[in-house]
Amino acid sequence: MASAFDRIADIIAETSDVPRDTIKPESHVIEDLGIDSLDFLDIVFAIDKAFGIKVPVEAWTQEVNAGTAPASQYFVMENLAKRIEELVAAKSAGTA
Amino acid sequence: MRLEYFQMIDRVLSADAESIAAEAVVPEASPVFEGHFPGHPLVPGVLLVETMAQASGYLLLARLGFARMAFLTGSRETKLRRFVRPGETLSVTARLVHEGSGFAVTDAAITSAGKRICEVREMKFSIQDFPAPELAAAMRAQAARIGLLA
Repeated sequence: MASAFDRIADIIAETSDVPRDTIKPESHVIEDLGIDSLDFLDIVFAIDKAFGIKVPVEAWTQEVNAGTAPASQYFVMENLAKRIEELVAAKSAGTA
Repeated sequence: MRLEYFQMIDRVLSADAESIAAEAVVPEASPVFEGHFPGHPLVPGVLLVETMAQASGYLLLARLGFARMAFLTGSRETKLRRFVRPGETLSVTARLVHEGSGFAVTDAAITSAGKRICEVREMKFSIQDFPAPELAAAMRAQAARIGLLA
C-alpha cells in the first residue's frame, strides 16, 4: 500500500488545484501549497474517509493558536503524514 | 415556507441522531414569484438548495445541542429534477454522512407526493461558535417553531 504521505499528497492534488509533483515532504500545506481553509476542509474530509479516522483539526488549530505547538507539527506534509499514521495506529489499538 | 424570510422548513416530522424528515409547504403567493417568473411562478432552485441546507442544519444543530452553528460551505453534486410551483407540499430529508472536526457532511433530498424533486450529495458545513448571541437565540426559536425543540 502507498505510504500515508503519498496517499495524502494524492488527495490534495485531487481535491485542490495543486499539481501532485509540487507536493514534497517539506511542503507546508498552507504556506507552500496555498491551501485555503475551504479546500483544507475538503482535504480533511477525504483523509477521514480514506483512513477511517477523524482528524482532530480543531484541537490542532487550538494548540497552534495558543502557542503550545508549532504549526509545522501538523501542517508540514511529512509531519501531517506522521500524525495521520499515529491516528490510524491509535484507532487500530482501540485508543481512538 | 416564508420564502422572503428564508424560513424554509415548516414542521419536523421525525428526527434522530443521524437523520431528519420535515415538511415545507410552498405559499400560494410570495414576492419571490413576482420575479421568478412573471406568469410562470416557480420556487427558485437556489431556495430548494437552501431548504435542503436548512434541514441539514437543523439536524446538525440538534446534534450539537444548539451550542454551535452550521454554515454551508459547498456540496459535491446537486440535481434539480423538476419545477416546484406555489401550493405544493414538500417532504425534505437529510442524513448525516460524516461528522468531522469542525465540519459535517450530509446528503439531502426533497420529494413531493412520492416523486423526486431534487437532491444534493455531500453537502458540507463548517461548524463554528455562534458569532452573535442573537443568532443562537433565533435558531433555538426557529427550532421550537418547527417542533424540533420543545
